[in-house]
Amino acid sequence: MHQVPFSTPGEVSDALEAVDYLSDPTISQTVFLAERLAKPVLVEGPAGVGKTELAKALAKIHDRRLIRLQCYEGLDEAKALYEWNYKKQLLRIQAEKGAEWRAIEDDIFAEEFLLTRPLLEAITSTEPVVLLIDEVDRVEVETEALLLEVLSDFQVSIPELGTIRAASAPLVILTSNNTRELSEALKRRCLFLHIGYPSVGREKQIILARVEGITDHLADQVARVVRSIRSHQLRKPPSVSETLDWARTLIELGVTEVDAAAVKDTLNVLLKYQTDIEKVADAYTGPDPIEPPVA
Amino acid sequence: MLIDVLGGFIQELRTAGLPVSMVETIDAMEALRHTDLGDRPAFKAALGATLVKNVRHYEAFDTAFEVYFALSRSDESSAGEPGVPGPRGEGSGQGSGGDADLEELLEALARALAADDTAWLQSLARQAVDQLAGMEPGRPVGGTYYLYRTLRQLDVDGLFDQLVEEALATAGPLNDFDERLLREELEDRIDRLREEIKAEIRRRLVADRGAEAVAKTLRKPLIEDTELMHATRADLVELEHVIQPLARKLAARLARRRRLRRDGRLDFRRTVRKSLATGGVPIEPQFRAPKPYKPEVFLLCDISGSMATFARFALQFVYAMSNEFSKLRAFAFIDALDEVTSYFSRETEFSEALQRISSEAQVVWLDGHSDYGRSLEQFWTGYGQSLSAKSTVIITGDARSNYRGPQAEVLEAIHDVARAVYWLNPEPRSYWNTGDSVMGKYAVFCDDVYEVRNLRQLETFVESIAEQGHRRLPLHKVG
Repeated sequence: MHQVPFSTPGEVSDALEAVDYLSDPTISQTVFLAERLAKPVLVEGPAGVGKTELAKALAKIHDRRLIRLQCYEGLDEAKALYEWNYKKQLLRIQAEKGAEWRAIEDDIFAEEFLLTRPLLEAITSTEPVVLLIDEVDRVEVETEALLLEVLSDFQVSIPELGTIRAASAPLVILTSNNTRELSEALKRRCLFLHIGYPSVGREKQIILARVEGITDHLADQVARVVRSIRSHQLRKPPSVSETLDWARTLIELGVTEVDAAAVKDTLNVLLKYQTDIEKVADAYTGPDPIEPPVA
Repeated sequence: MLIDVLGGFIQELRTAGLPVSMVETIDAMEALRHTDLGDRPAFKAALGATLVKNVRHYEAFDTAFEVYFALSRSDESSAGEPGVPGPRGEGSGQGSGGDADLEELLEALARALAADDTAWLQSLARQAVDQLAGMEPGRPVGGTYYLYRTLRQLDVDGLFDQLVEEALATAGPLNDFDERLLREELEDRIDRLREEIKAEIRRRLVADRGAEAVAKTLRKPLIEDTELMHATRADLVELEHVIQPLARKLAARLARRRRLRRDGRLDFRRTVRKSLATGGVPIEPQFRAPKPYKPEVFLLCDISGSMATFARFALQFVYAMSNEFSKLRAFAFIDALDEVTSYFSRETEFSEALQRISSEAQVVWLDGHSDYGRSLEQFWTGYGQSLSAKSTVIITGDARSNYRGPQAEVLEAIHDVARAVYWLNPEPRSYWNTGDSVMGKYAVFCDDVYEVRNLRQLETFVESIAEQGHRRLPLHKVG
């Protein structure tokens, strides 16, 4: 539990490692700067390399609440920022029949009638939080604009209420799978961090940290095989989370030594497309030996 | 001092095409205040996080970084480094490159590679450049020349074989699978050695000629600025990765109406029905669900020889689009037109689809020179009845019809039925309507014509679709 701000990027690495998130110098440095400069971090990279995990790990380190805004097509203001609870407002008006309109008007646009959504919640929280805006590339460009005020000034403007400023600046992590280009305005407000596939050494460490009961030798083999598989031209190369699934599968099956046959039998855990599976299987073992050779 | 270098560096990034804004420059400065400048990876990460906001731009960033912030030799402790033991002390001097020296160097390299010792490898790379590159100050040759010279004398392939042999010998008998893994890893290390040597040569060039001059020779257009007509194979492979997001964006733009929520009209009956629950007060207005809007896209690609590179790109775009649209029909033509939709299914890979199109599709009728008129007519008679007000027709090609009749009236007919007709022309605008180009004749019946010479312009096209998407304009109809 790290309450004080970090004084070096090295401390970030150590703290992340303590919660089983293995970072690299770039990740630690960017996170360190994000806290120092009070800027959001936009994390980009292929699926399953630990983008969301990073936000979770940071919440754990600081013992902060994690507020998550999962983005999707069609996400709008009412789901991301705030919404007036107009049923309650109507009831309020009904309850006060005959009262002066001015009095009611002032009344029904009070915080009491506000439904907070993740962004406003993160801003109004008295305790500092970690705000995770997940898969931001899924929202339309128009919706992106909603985020800008929150990201640059940590505030939300509500026409009827005025501007609500953050009591304590949240640590904001945005993730993107890069399915679409994000707007310049959004990018300008963020620090950018690209997380790619880890090196063999780091992936081995990740496996050792995350998979229970794995031997050093097996972890090493798994990492090396996965690296080799990623070097093929695949539609969907195995991600880190798939690597971990695979390692667990191997342990379940009681495999202690990875060989071509073991890889071939369990390939469907690592790869999701049939064409990819066939390609890799052929590369390692050649065409199925059971089939008679064509004369 | 640092500010000056940083200024030059940012200028270089901008020249290379990266959109570095004022705000980002200030962020970078601010970030450096919190960064240990002696820690190179941290320094690089700080600049990367603040100045580069796109993965595609990392390569340009890396190159510029290496040039502007090359480790000057004095930065490194050259005294106590683990170089080749011996030669320095024996006064063999630099650059003499005797056979004995070379052998010793190779020997040391082999050991450094086997041990996977990065620091050692770096210092050996430095030594290799010293001895073998024969660099002379002021000589007007590029870094590639020196690189070639060094690598040839090192006999890197031979080094690799030797490494494999030794590794196999120490590891004992391995099965095919393990041997393969081992080989791949060693290949990786050899690649790293190449990179080290390259970096070292660059460092010296910078020392000799200054960062700006070197950066200029190394500058490469960003992938989005690469001319599609003249793209190399490597460029096309890289394009393959960036085109998917663009196709998705286009899909989103074309289908936009589908998601505009309050598009539906007020459903009076359901609103009244619902109001019963609240004593007749219509608290929750009900809306009719908007009709799902499913755009149909018809893509017509000229794949003739003159368009070869662009056609490959266009088909890549088709391939990416076919993953996004359920209703996409693709056609290829030269002087005959054939539907190629079925080649682009989710399961087939792009290279396979490409191969099948070139071998199976019936796109040549007479001589294999583009004939737009005939192809359009064939499209109209064969598939015209499937066009409707929901259809968007996109044609890609240079509109060079080899002086054959353009049959623009066919395009007019298509335009009258379809929602929109767009033409993407990979030629510079100034070439249109010169020679056998009949762009002008067709342009009259297109909702818009775009010059698409690079990815950036394709992006412009995708962007502008949004603005004019749903207006059905009786455009350009000169009375």
